[in-house]
Amino acid sequence: MQHEHRFGFATRAIHAGTPPDPATGSRAAPIYQTAAYVFGSTEQAAELFALRSYGYIYSRISNPTVAAFEERMASLEGGLGAIAFSSGLAAQLCSILSLAQAGDHLVCAQNVYGGTVTQLSVTVKRMGIDTTFVSAENPDAARAAIGARTKFLFVETIGNPSGIVADLGSFAAVAHEAGVPLVVDNTFATPYLCRPIELGADIVLHSATKFINGHGTAIGGVLIESGKFPWGNGRFPLLDTPSPGYHGKVFTETFGEYAFLMRARAEVSRDVGAAMSPMDAWLMLLGLETLELRMDRHVRNARAVVDFLRNRPEVAWVRAPQMGSVFTFGLGGGREAGRRFIDALDLWSHLANIGDAKSLVIHPASTTHSQLSDEELRLAGVEPESIRLSVGLEDVDDLLWDLDNGLRAAEAA
Amino acid sequence: MILSTPGQIRDLLARLHTVAMVGASSNSLRPSYTVFSYLRTQTPYDVAPINPTLTEIDGIAAYPTLAAYAKQHRAPDVVDVFRKPSEVVGVVSDAIAAGAKAIWFQYGVINDEAIALADQAGLDVVVDRCMKVEHARFRGGLSTSGLNSGLITSRRPII
Repeated sequence: MQHEHRFGFATRAIHAGTPPDPATGSRAAPIYQTAAYVFGSTEQAAELFALRSYGYIYSRISNPTVAAFEERMASLEGGLGAIAFSSGLAAQLCSILSLAQAGDHLVCAQNVYGGTVTQLSVTVKRMGIDTTFVSAENPDAARAAIGARTKFLFVETIGNPSGIVADLGSFAAVAHEAGVPLVVDNTFATPYLCRPIELGADIVLHSATKFINGHGTAIGGVLIESGKFPWGNGRFPLLDTPSPGYHGKVFTETFGEYAFLMRARAEVSRDVGAAMSPMDAWLMLLGLETLELRMDRHVRNARAVVDFLRNRPEVAWVRAPQMGSVFTFGLGGGREAGRRFIDALDLWSHLANIGDAKSLVIHPASTTHSQLSDEELRLAGVEPESIRLSVGLEDVDDLLWDLDNGLRAAEAA
Repeated sequence: MILSTPGQIRDLLARLHTVAMVGASSNSLRPSYTVFSYLRTQTPYDVAPINPTLTEIDGIAAYPTLAAYAKQHRAPDVVDVFRKPSEVVGVVSDAIAAGAKAIWFQYGVINDEAIALADQAGLDVVVDRCMKVEHARFRGGLSTSGLNSGLITSRRPII
């Protein structure tokens, strides 16, 4: 559709999904803290349950505050729509369950978040869905790994914590050539730094806990779909054959471009039950209003920290992507020096998260990626001595002062 | 005139009272039933099925032709078309003869000759859009499902 005016990113980050509340005119998004919604009539209730009209039934399926967050994310990523979940891993699991069943297969970059590797190689595998892990730097390896029952190709825009930036355009070409969608975790980049759908991705995932929330106050996840993938291409019987969960409805026939989103919400999210809460959605909406301002500052502070570390003799290596504010580095003194470094920090918070206004530090090999074998760690781009930093929004001089103290302590032994 | 901007489509939806739906189905799995049912139950529009094989859908009388509809009512504000693209030039001629003010071609119903004919006859024309989806966009329905309505506004809803 031709648009009268194209609103910019910052405007949409503040307004998309939140016109004035139709019931009250409230300009701030109201927190609809309710489990369920009264039907206008038995006929209206039946229309809602049959997916023939729009509206709210029960907050496990949809909620006005959560929907506002979903629509805002869809707008910022340039998607057709979005579904929010109680965590990023829940969003990921529901994406898998929307497309794959026992006997099916997935292809995933091997440098992804350790929790994702475990979800795929342990829990999802136990459900009869196998995953082949391939290099995030080699789209040809992904091409070779895609088979007849492969349901999607999965990569992270920026690998956690390897910092490898995936060539999304090439991965999208490989996926589409084989008739499968490209699913991209865009958590580290955010839609402000990178919009995977513009580069060919079909589904975008986020741990909204990170930069979207921005302040470390809530756990959440979201999936956004482009609406452009041909779900009726014969590879996705869950979408283009009669659904036993909906009286034989064929989602591609009834909903056209909305088929994936309607089924993922009405069947998969409904049955899994990992919905985002209204209060958490409200915190996410508030976070998004300042996403652009925060990301600019995150990136500026991160560049200063990277420059600082590269000029320190105690630092053996720095692996920082061209984008974002999360990266790893290693000390010449190895893992033990790293332990002394983290223990000596006073301002940086030692915890397992990223994307907070507060600066964060962690040793991935013994924490976030501790379920991985030595071989998996190496393939994930995690060295035994890697220290991951998530650079926050504080005065950069204070961040460097604290890092200087840490580096001195690391050397002292 | 061909209506293509969100504002033009919103204004059309805001001034409609009667919808004649050519090709409405009684099969609950068909999109043409889903749209009929949505417009009948969720909007104030008077919706009439135009289908020579049916006498009614959900208790609403069906008419075999647009001419038969126009004879019993006044001209429809809009004719909503669910037919194969190859068959819609005749639908446009019937809509013009029935005095319709607008014609709406649903998803995939694209026929350049039919569009030009309707445009030249002074009808407002919407092409390759779903009336249910567009109504839901401006009424807030799409937004209830986390779908991207494309709306950015600080005014309260008008439809």
